[in-house]
Amino acid sequence: MTGPYRPKPKWAWFVQRPGYIRFMIRELTAVFIGAYLIFLLVLLSKLGRGEASFTALLATLHNSFWELLHVAALIAAVWHTITWFNATPQALPVFIGENRAPNVLVAIGMGYGPWIMVSAVILWGVLR
Amino acid sequence: MSLGCHACESLLELEFPMALQNDITLELFRYHPETDAEPRFQAYEVPYRADWVVLDAINWIKDHIDGTVSYRWSCRMGVCGSCGMMVNGEPRLACSAFLREYYPETIRVEPLANFSVERDLVVDMDSFMQKLRSVSPYIIRDDVNDTDQGEYKQSPKQLAQYKQYSMCINCMLCYSACPVAGNEPDFLGPAALALAHRYNKDSRDRGSSHRMGKMMEHEAVWGCTFVGECSKVCPKNVDPAGAIQQAKAAAAQEYFKGFVMPKGAGR
Repeated sequence: MTGPYRPKPKWAWFVQRPGYIRFMIRELTAVFIGAYLIFLLVLLSKLGRGEASFTALLATLHNSFWELLHVAALIAAVWHTITWFNATPQALPVFIGENRAPNVLVAIGMGYGPWIMVSAVILWGVLR
Repeated sequence: MSLGCHACESLLELEFPMALQNDITLELFRYHPETDAEPRFQAYEVPYRADWVVLDAINWIKDHIDGTVSYRWSCRMGVCGSCGMMVNGEPRLACSAFLREYYPETIRVEPLANFSVERDLVVDMDSFMQKLRSVSPYIIRDDVNDTDQGEYKQSPKQLAQYKQYSMCINCMLCYSACPVAGNEPDFLGPAALALAHRYNKDSRDRGSSHRMGKMMEHEAVWGCTFVGECSKVCPKNVDPAGAIQQAKAAAAQEYFKGFVMPKGAGR
């Protein structure tokens, strides 16, 4: 008599289902966002020390490694944002009377819409 | 015998079940605690019928080949939640997984993942039942009206707030899809938390502060990392992942309310 069989948890659980892999990618993109925030703090600190310090940092960034890192951070940030906007209707359901508003409307109204508007305003401010 | 056209064969089999004698192989997870130190898989050849589900095939094995196979089932129509199993690695109700989804490939049937196995396809439900009980999944009232005072009325709008979460049939597929439930045995889990949220959202209930004590523990709502697979495998579209995220917001609100309101003032 051996009793109930207790399967051991697998250390590589995150590759067992496609949904787990998508989850891990979503979580790992946050690392890029965190790293970029640290980079922005360094940038601000250099700016506070004067023009020479800031331009010296900019000069060191002009190479393919840093450019690739910026592109990767942008892709990661966009992906991370999209995954959470898509999840918004689950976390914040909106009811219109007795009926739940369609998920796509909630995602646009609470996420994509304001995102595009704020981005457009920032772009206008930078390019004008 | 094969006609080379899957749709034609399916139609023929529906009209003339005996015309085509194709078989399909089911590999069943076997474990008998009296004799087995480790589980094993046993293959069975079962007649292929396009209108059969995996549960029909296992019943056929039990009736015609091997009466020692153990498994749970009851309603055969996706209502009772008894026949949850891993079908080719996916948590499914055996009564809703059609053989035609897999034919002609072999179907591997295992007990629900993330549970200990009592025997063959039968898992130990005790931990789930304890978790369910711990969130008081029933309406709690301060007052109890006599029946002659009438029912506790509720508008369709109030019903809509929780109806989706009340559809849970306790089939435990969500626990099998949840990696947190697999790695953290104390995690309260999707179904228990969704049901707790269901009663918290019920306008007739007065027990949310009581339930929140349990839901705010580390192994409860904050243990959920929002992988979201529980909602994908749910046969009743309950969306436990959504319920837990909403419960997180309610738990945070309850926490901050504790600073500004005297104890027991909240509902």
